[in-house]
Amino acid sequence: MPTPPANPERLSITELAPLLRAGHLSSRALTDACLARIDADNSALNAFILVLAGEARAQAEEADREIASGLYRGPLHGIPISLKDLMDLRGTPTTAASRVREGHRADRDATVVGRLREAGAVFVGKTNLHEFAFGTTSEDSAFGPVRNPVDRSRSAGGSSGGSAAAVAAGLSVASIGTDTGGSIRIPSAACGVVGLKPALGDLPLDDIVPLNRSFDHVGPIARSVTDAWIVYCAMTGDRSAESAATGTLPPARALRVGVLRPYFMDLVDDEVRARFEDAIARLQQAGATVHDVALPHAADLAAIYLHIGLPEASAYHADTLARMPERYTPNVRIRLEMGRYMLAEDYVRAQQGRQVIRAEVDAALDGCDLLALPALAIPAPPIGAATVKVGSQDIPVRNIMLRLTQVFNVSGHPALTLPCGTTKAGLPCGLQLAGPANQTEALLRAALVVERELAQT
Amino acid sequence: MDIDAWLAAAVADAERRGLPDLKPLLEGIARSTRALRDADWNDRADRPEPPPSAARP
Repeated sequence: MPTPPANPERLSITELAPLLRAGHLSSRALTDACLARIDADNSALNAFILVLAGEARAQAEEADREIASGLYRGPLHGIPISLKDLMDLRGTPTTAASRVREGHRADRDATVVGRLREAGAVFVGKTNLHEFAFGTTSEDSAFGPVRNPVDRSRSAGGSSGGSAAAVAAGLSVASIGTDTGGSIRIPSAACGVVGLKPALGDLPLDDIVPLNRSFDHVGPIARSVTDAWIVYCAMTGDRSAESAATGTLPPARALRVGVLRPYFMDLVDDEVRARFEDAIARLQQAGATVHDVALPHAADLAAIYLHIGLPEASAYHADTLARMPERYTPNVRIRLEMGRYMLAEDYVRAQQGRQVIRAEVDAALDGCDLLALPALAIPAPPIGAATVKVGSQDIPVRNIMLRLTQVFNVSGHPALTLPCGTTKAGLPCGLQLAGPANQTEALLRAALVVERELAQT
Repeated sequence: MDIDAWLAAAVADAERRGLPDLKPLLEGIARSTRALRDADWNDRADRPEPPPSAARP
């Protein structure tokens, strides 16, 4: 029998699944390796709010028994994953990283969690986040800030910061996050992993704490596009497309890429810009067709996002803001209070603007397989920074973090980020790709081609 | 309600509730709301034709 791999918690699902299926590695050994990494690193990273060591070992042993008996559920069978602590896992609290939810205990799984359980995933724990997912740095949490595994003085991004940090540092092989303005893609880019926001409405959101229902999405964070596709397939409950994740890919010359430049490239860190341009040049050299595209109303995105997102979030929190305001972290409380002043007529204007943006993204994709832009305009910011310098300008961290991602929450188009190099200081940069409306699998397939080309040295 | 009146009322209410930190945030929203109301997709009762935008839904 082959020797089990060293540090299996660092491998991808694609590498691990055949080892588990063949009995060359047990789920119990893999789960123990993740739990050992959590023991070693979580006190510094603060990625997990809850570690489920006993439950995970029992699930892993059950997976080993099933696989040995010939019941193989698929590539997630026996794989340790983590869940953002915003979604229900039966028998555990869903804290949303807030004292507001003290005493909560889920009596059933969120639908996507149940589907992952059915696919044989092992749940090692629940990850830290920006309180109620209402922020982009994972600093405002009742459990303290998440730290970036690449540089612990820096933010892991947010709001799914614990999930991205866990995947990047080997604390779990994949994780499930949520994305309302970029909360899967921002931390994934900041930590150097792959994050997928599927098309709006692709995946059910029941038993997941909402931020605002117009923009909320749930999706995977993983170490490769293939891994993200495998986890996504399990989350849909229709795993018939799983084999496509590892199938033959078209050549790069078949790809047509639209680069979103006006507005989106106006305010980008120099090193992030250089890595992005390198990636686009690599695709061109590989034969992809690349041209620039624009959204005529891109400058209105922040206003549209704000006037829908804030009042929806505030409506959900109105009762607890009135009864227990002291239980919120101060920054989250004050932003939720803002939404209570907004007027219905402006919400309606923003909803009309949303339709305009959706049509403009469709138009930009006409004749393209993908839109491309950076995922995050800056490298991971220092923890505690209120502003960052981009060129000669001091920009509020929250504004710059959301600037390149919120467009696809407004439009609903599927989007993902994959690593495209690092700054001189070793901080990851993310390449964001968006695909046609309601075609998450088409996006994933095209992203596999991009990932393959970027991996070629 | 026009934006200046809205901002004055919101700031007064925030101060009454002991939330002075809201003032700069509300001022930021007021700027954003102005941009939203000025956008060319908005319908207007005195305009018989919808705005000639190809992107209009």
